[in-house]
Amino acid sequence: MRIALFITCFNDTMFPSTGRAVTELLERLGHTVEFPQGQTCCGQMHFNTGYRREALPMVRRFTEVFAGYDAVVTPSGSCAGMVRDHHRAVAARYGDDGLTEAVEQVVPMVYELSELLVDVLGVTDVGAYFPHRVTYHPTCHSLRMLRVGDRPLRLLRAVRGIDLVELPAAESCCGFGGTFALKNADVSNAMLADKVRHVLDTGSEFLTAGDNSCLTHIGGGLSRLRTGVGTLHLAEILASTEGDAQ
Amino acid sequence: MSGADNVVWLGTPAFPEAARGALADTRLRANLRRATGTIRDKRLAVAAELEDWEELRETAAAIKRHTLRHLDHHLLRLEKAVTAAGGTVHWAADAAEANRIVTGLVEATGEGEVVKVKSMATQEIGLNEALAEAGIRAYETDLAELIVQLGGDRPSHILVPAIHRGRSEIREIFRRQMGQWGRPAPEGLTDDPRDLAEAARLHLREKFLRAKVAVSGANFAAADTGTVVVVESEGNGRMCLTLPETLITVMGIEKVLPSFADLDVFLQLLPRSSTGERMNPYTSLWTGVTEGDGPQDFHLVLLDNGRTATLADEVGRQALNCIRCSACLNVCPVYERTGGHAYGSVYPGPIGAVLTPQLVGVENAASLPFASTLCGACYDACPVKINIPEVLAHLRAEAVEAGRRDRLLPTTEALAMKAAAAVLSSPKRLATAQRIAALGARLVARDGRIGFLPGPLARWSATRDAPAPARESMRAWWRRTRTTRRDESRTTAEGKEAR
Amino acid sequence: MSGRETVLSALRTALQDVPGSESPDDVPVPHGRRADHAGPDIVGLFTERAAEYRATVVRVPAAGAAAAVGRALARTGARSVVLPPGLPEDLVSQGPWSRLEDVPPLTVDQLDAADAVITTIAAAIAVTGTVTLDHGPGQGRRALTLLPDQHICVVRASQIAPDVPEALSRLDPYRPLTLVSGPSATSDIELDRVEGVHGPRVLDIVVIEDA
Repeated sequence: MRIALFITCFNDTMFPSTGRAVTELLERLGHTVEFPQGQTCCGQMHFNTGYRREALPMVRRFTEVFAGYDAVVTPSGSCAGMVRDHHRAVAARYGDDGLTEAVEQVVPMVYELSELLVDVLGVTDVGAYFPHRVTYHPTCHSLRMLRVGDRPLRLLRAVRGIDLVELPAAESCCGFGGTFALKNADVSNAMLADKVRHVLDTGSEFLTAGDNSCLTHIGGGLSRLRTGVGTLHLAEILASTEGDAQ
Repeated sequence: MSGADNVVWLGTPAFPEAARGALADTRLRANLRRATGTIRDKRLAVAAELEDWEELRETAAAIKRHTLRHLDHHLLRLEKAVTAAGGTVHWAADAAEANRIVTGLVEATGEGEVVKVKSMATQEIGLNEALAEAGIRAYETDLAELIVQLGGDRPSHILVPAIHRGRSEIREIFRRQMGQWGRPAPEGLTDDPRDLAEAARLHLREKFLRAKVAVSGANFAAADTGTVVVVESEGNGRMCLTLPETLITVMGIEKVLPSFADLDVFLQLLPRSSTGERMNPYTSLWTGVTEGDGPQDFHLVLLDNGRTATLADEVGRQALNCIRCSACLNVCPVYERTGGHAYGSVYPGPIGAVLTPQLVGVENAASLPFASTLCGACYDACPVKINIPEVLAHLRAEAVEAGRRDRLLPTTEALAMKAAAAVLSSPKRLATAQRIAALGARLVARDGRIGFLPGPLARWSATRDAPAPARESMRAWWRRTRTTRRDESRTTAEGKEAR
Repeated sequence: MSGRETVLSALRTALQDVPGSESPDDVPVPHGRRADHAGPDIVGLFTERAAEYRATVVRVPAAGAAAAVGRALARTGARSVVLPPGLPEDLVSQGPWSRLEDVPPLTVDQLDAADAVITTIAAAIAVTGTVTLDHGPGQGRRALTLLPDQHICVVRASQIAPDVPEALSRLDPYRPLTLVSGPSATSDIELDRVEGVHGPRVLDIVVIEDA
């Protein structure tokens, strides 16, 4: 299968290790991964902050760059959700008929990583080995926009050596919310404090999720408090075949 | 007095500032956490009992959507049916007109006091204050509204306006204030909720028995029969709807349902969503006037007050589906931490954040659409499937547009967003920015973490570390490590890089 | 312009996106029961659910109804009981209580001083443990079941509908209707349920099994 990787602007800049992990994982499963160099951003930050018009060139670029692949995979629930739920609206409101049509073609091919693995490729055991205690935060957009359900957990449960611990109040938002963390920093902090406490309650070495943005938020709190708990994207655990992923 | 002045409380700071104060109040946070936690579990349990819950939600949303698209038609049907059943229908374009109508109706009875059933609509128009100006005393009879009224306070929750008060605070309010309004609190009042409820029973009983005029809201009204519905728990509603001679009901125009038969859907959804009960203790339905039973003079005031403006927005109009169950407040992680007062509106929480800016104009409540992480818990809980995150994001765009109209110069944020859009629309500019960021990070990061960020980003780094940008971006790594053989397939994409 | 014209014209302006060809009846909305909410034992479910609200529920054969009502009155020590017009005489037992008839209508003070009221019902709902009154014969005007502190409802098993949609379809919308689910209650203090506020604090339900 010819799969294009949409790394997302945030991962591209901050977490290339996640992109490398997705590539390694999919190639290990026998698929061809391509990385269109013309890709940039899905436009989520602009869209969700009220700058919809500014998101148009990003929607246009995404649609052109990712046309024609068997599947487009992205290691971000919220970016997948942006493409799936909002690209049509941006194209319809600010674009033209041609763009709207092109968006319709591309959107159904876009998958968040766990969706691609479980639904399209039909695997839950990806042959990973990760001998650590891990807890999983479902992230709001994976959970309630994409409705990935227990797909990530099914993938994690099949990882050899893993000690997967349930996160209390897992479905509560961590308080990130993109620019919310800056615009409403105090409320965001209060939410983060609860999430950090719940992570610590699990006694895990690692917190994982399908979105590095939420992990950066929670990880920022864990790091500031010198908790020693690491954060790792789901893809990096699934790609891991050796004892130490660090 | 305009409607906007009452829906939003003048003088309340923007949400982030108001929230800061609320967050510092540890007692408030404990009260809210306990109350919302209790109700969440109850709601989930009773919703799960109905295997067709999701279908019920779909049906309810469909009924509301359909009704709103022909709202004029259904309101005229309702007017006809209520009139035929012996009631009188009034129309009020705004709060001032509604208050004038109600005040006039009370004055015509010659009475100087009214008893009130809890009603968001009368709260929204500031009816109690308008009546007071005319020398008419309005007694709130719902327990939570009584707590708010006696405490000289503001409501902070749609269903439980005094949710921010714990039992010991309520006892203090009763002990200090009940005597000013009528029968004082019993000697030795404890903070046992049973005792507090008993005190309210005794205090209000004499008012119910002597009341000649009542004012209520309405949960629903059926256009085919003219039947009006009030859903309640304590029996104060039944007292007000049954014992007085005159009943005045103020109802938002969006509350109409096409038919009596539609009630089956909503009477299943509302109690389970709001108090987490299979059914609330009392639901009263009445159609006009019944000879020999209940008020013989019935007035229905249909209130617009910003609703038609909301209706005009094809995305935002779904906020008018709201049946005021407050499930969205109870599941909202932001509301749970700030409480209702921070929203500065009669309508707090997620639904308030979409309803308030539409009722009063987004420029008058510009911080509310941003008072959410867009986590989506509200949408999942909403029994009428209002896509609150969708409307929030839509209103953010409206708020930004309104800001653009009102300013000669763009805001710092607008400039930053514009600059970011330029970078994020071009792979070349993005790659350049990534190289600069990686260089800059080497100067400030320690062990790959950054502990202090400049400008508005300092709000992040106050409590969180930030990761340093990678030394080599994904795109740079790919270019360096992957051979050109693979690149042949992406020539079309590559071509755009020249832009 | 009157408020009426202002609102109606604002409504029509707001709804310009709705095509003129779309009629209000064009959007079909599914109605009725979509699932079996009650299971086979409707009477048993009603009894259980009503009791969960702390109503006192008993099941008796027809011949035992008056005695069950008498036991409910005796339990609370009622001294006076309101009897709505049209209440079957065989539901009332003799006891140390005075009988208050609503003809001519009792004043609110008389009702407030009364200890109990006995009524029949219009329909009941098993899934929610609800009784509904339409205030017809045997039930009386609404105030009768509101002011006395104990309400004793006599329910015939055949009156129990499985769920809300079925019960509503049995009711006459042109009559005043009251749905009662347990004694009055409030959740206004810390969202914790407390039984007993303004309405009757004691609700007794006597279910007469059909022969």
